[in-house]
Amino acid sequence: MDIVFYITAFVTVISTIMVITRHNPVHALLYLIISLLSISVIFFLLGAPFAALLEIIIYAGAIMVLFIFVIMLLNLGKETARQEKEWLKPKVWIGPAILSAILFVELFYLITIADVAPYNLQTVDPKTVAISLFRPYLIGVELAAMLLMAGVVGAAHIGQHKKMILHRFLKEEGRL
Amino acid sequence: MNNLLWLIPVLPFAGFLILALAGKHLSRVWVALIGAGSVSLSAIIVPIIGIGFLSHPPATGNYSQTLWTWMQVGDFNPKITLFLDALSLVFVFVITFIGALIHIYSAGFMASDKDYSRFFACMNLFVFSMLLLVLADNLLLLYLGWEGVGLCSYLLIGFWYENPVNGYAARKAFIITRIGDTAMAIGLFVIFYQFGTLAIPDILTKAPVLWHQGASIATITALLLLAGGVGKSAQLPLQTWLPDAMAGPSPVSALIHAATMVTAGVYLISRMHIIFQLSPIAQMIVAVIGAATLFIAGFSALTQYDIKRVLAYSTISQIGYMFLALGVGAWAAAIFHFMIHAFFKALLFLAAGAVIEALHHEHNIFKMGGLKNKLPVIFWTFLIGSASLAALPLISAGFYSKDQILWYAWAAEGGNPLLWFIGLLGAFITAVYTTRMMILVFWGEAKTEIGHRPGKLMTVPLIVLAFFSLFAGFIELPHNFGHFRLFSDLLQQVLPETILKAGMNTELQFQILALLSTLGGIYLAYVFYYKQPQRIEKLKQSRFVMNLYLFWFSGWGFDKLYNTLIVKPIVFMANVNKNDVVDKLYQGVTFITIRLYQSLSFTQSGSLRWYIMGLVIGAIIILSMQIML
Amino acid sequence: MKSSIEIVMLLAGLLFVLGIAGVIIRKNIIFMLLSVEVMLNASGLAFVAAGSRWAQPDGQVMFIFILAMAAAEVSIGLALILQIYHQHKSLDIDKLKEMKG
Repeated sequence: MDIVFYITAFVTVISTIMVITRHNPVHALLYLIISLLSISVIFFLLGAPFAALLEIIIYAGAIMVLFIFVIMLLNLGKETARQEKEWLKPKVWIGPAILSAILFVELFYLITIADVAPYNLQTVDPKTVAISLFRPYLIGVELAAMLLMAGVVGAAHIGQHKKMILHRFLKEEGRL
Repeated sequence: MNNLLWLIPVLPFAGFLILALAGKHLSRVWVALIGAGSVSLSAIIVPIIGIGFLSHPPATGNYSQTLWTWMQVGDFNPKITLFLDALSLVFVFVITFIGALIHIYSAGFMASDKDYSRFFACMNLFVFSMLLLVLADNLLLLYLGWEGVGLCSYLLIGFWYENPVNGYAARKAFIITRIGDTAMAIGLFVIFYQFGTLAIPDILTKAPVLWHQGASIATITALLLLAGGVGKSAQLPLQTWLPDAMAGPSPVSALIHAATMVTAGVYLISRMHIIFQLSPIAQMIVAVIGAATLFIAGFSALTQYDIKRVLAYSTISQIGYMFLALGVGAWAAAIFHFMIHAFFKALLFLAAGAVIEALHHEHNIFKMGGLKNKLPVIFWTFLIGSASLAALPLISAGFYSKDQILWYAWAAEGGNPLLWFIGLLGAFITAVYTTRMMILVFWGEAKTEIGHRPGKLMTVPLIVLAFFSLFAGFIELPHNFGHFRLFSDLLQQVLPETILKAGMNTELQFQILALLSTLGGIYLAYVFYYKQPQRIEKLKQSRFVMNLYLFWFSGWGFDKLYNTLIVKPIVFMANVNKNDVVDKLYQGVTFITIRLYQSLSFTQSGSLRWYIMGLVIGAIIILSMQIML
Repeated sequence: MKSSIEIVMLLAGLLFVLGIAGVIIRKNIIFMLLSVEVMLNASGLAFVAAGSRWAQPDGQVMFIFILAMAAAEVSIGLALILQIYHQHKSLDIDKLKEMKG
């Protein structure tokens, strides 16, 4: 395998680990962007340049900007980082980490027992992807459009500033 | 004429609907007008149809009017069809005519009752159901009417429901008749299974074809139907409800428990006579039940002191005569006695109701007396009714009908001397207890002050009924005495002619014997209760007589017997099973479910991370399975 | 470049597991959402790798759908986070235990 792949894979894993361990949300976000960029390199290596571009433009570009906006809106800073430090005790993370490790070992085993021969990579260019997307997967595109529409409407609705509203059952309980 | 038929049952039903829905908002006058008017209109329509039927007999021998198809399930499509032939004509006439009179009487009798409209609603519903019963063209519709009259009987026995005793009597009547009804329902299932139809004309034509004479299936069916009739008609062994049913108002006793409903069994048996004819055993059982009932009820009537219970036992006994007649194959005679009995027993109950009303609800005949001159109308009408009940020779209608039955009990094909003798003994007892009742109520010294006297509304029906009790017998005269057979000729269209045994031409002797037994009974009662009452006292000294008296008084101990044999074991089992053994299983299921839910609800911690942990563990397990297997 | 699908799949699996671990161990909802993004990415990687193995465009198509879904999910999720913060003045997931059974 290409040495480039290993390097990028290594970068991806490291940056992802950093994402889940950082205390400051902005730091974590930066590491996530690095992780996404390296994944886009892997996509490119796998012969999927279109996916690599989308990864950078939409994920690293658009979605991460959303996160940054929210973090700024909530004004999360040092206070949050300090709090995170308190929350992230070994007592908290050791169990889940072990479980995840077991899961990974199992995945590792299952993937490696499959005897897969190496193959010659072929680039799947954007044109083929586009033809596939708008011919057999047209329904899927429509559904995705609807999903995005629902996401926009839902976000607009949920994001409105409202007063603290208790559920009616909780209200009753409170009265009692 | 034919198309007026549907009006007969519909008018009382309309009356019921109006009274049940709007009765509370109507004035008493309107309630009485609707209640009595609807039945009276039906009573007017019946002769119109009847005259048409008699003057121009239809070719098929019946009028039939299909209103609509009740339901359609495969080949089974019972229709709401009204069916009028000679037999149902007699019943419809009696029901509407006597029903109308009793309704008019009730308008006066119940005048001060607070539930005036409820009473008339129930009575109208009863008349409707009874008409449906006798006009039904299929057994399913008949069964609807059958249950309808049972329901109305229950409602009206318990009419004064504030008193728990009345409610108990109503429940008793309902449950005991239900026993018979269940058997009858099974009988209907058998019939449907055998013939694939419940339409009465079809059954009657198919039965002799499919079943041979004496077939056991015919016997079973006949006995099941008989059980229904026995329950409804208060015959042995299901007779215990009728004396208690007297808890209802007197017009109810007159209409339901004397004139019409209790004779539904007679109607059913004569309607299905072909099935009974196919089974000589079943027919014999009918006769035996009739004879035994009339005997037992007669002796019980002798000992009662409640005037309505005397009449109740006499009703049981008279229906016993009808069963006896049916059993020996004297179909027309049974129906004839039914009609005459309806007249005089309705009269007696209404008159008794008037007496009770006049004496401030006093039921005890030993506390009555001396009413002969104080209530002359009631006295004369009651006397006529009693004469008919006791079958006073020649002048009373009861003589002609009962004499016919006695004669057939000996001479008809199914008759035998024992049945005849029991019938004769019954006639003797009837004369005794009737005279005893007359003497105690109307002669002697007055023991209770008279309240208010019955008004015109109450006396006019009495007079009309008295007229019929006297003269209705003349439409059917014995063979050797005019041989006038208007009634049996009419019924001949439907019911088979009574076949006499060979060499029977001595009817006169039997008539003289019957006459003597009646007169003897009257004389005996006259001696014991009027001339020398001290003889009764002397008799009461004897232990044996006293025990016998108590035994008869309790209706031959049937109530006690059923109590020990059936009621007590069931109550005992119910007590044992109070906590419902079977239910334990289901309680266990709910218990386990609740415990499981409680333990599982612990996992619903509301913590998102725990849920994800669950997901991860699940994934691990699934992957491990993939690896292991 | 000669390539073996296994190693890419292993990378995807590793990223996925890291994402899961992140979702579980973090208390802050924003971090949980970030970890979910990581998981989505991992599955996208698996799709693209599989698509490239057979030189078919379907893998990339699936990746595009995942992308669309992730965008919608993030917009809703972030709106929810904003709302939660306004209501509870906290981003601690353990404080949102009102639905306890």
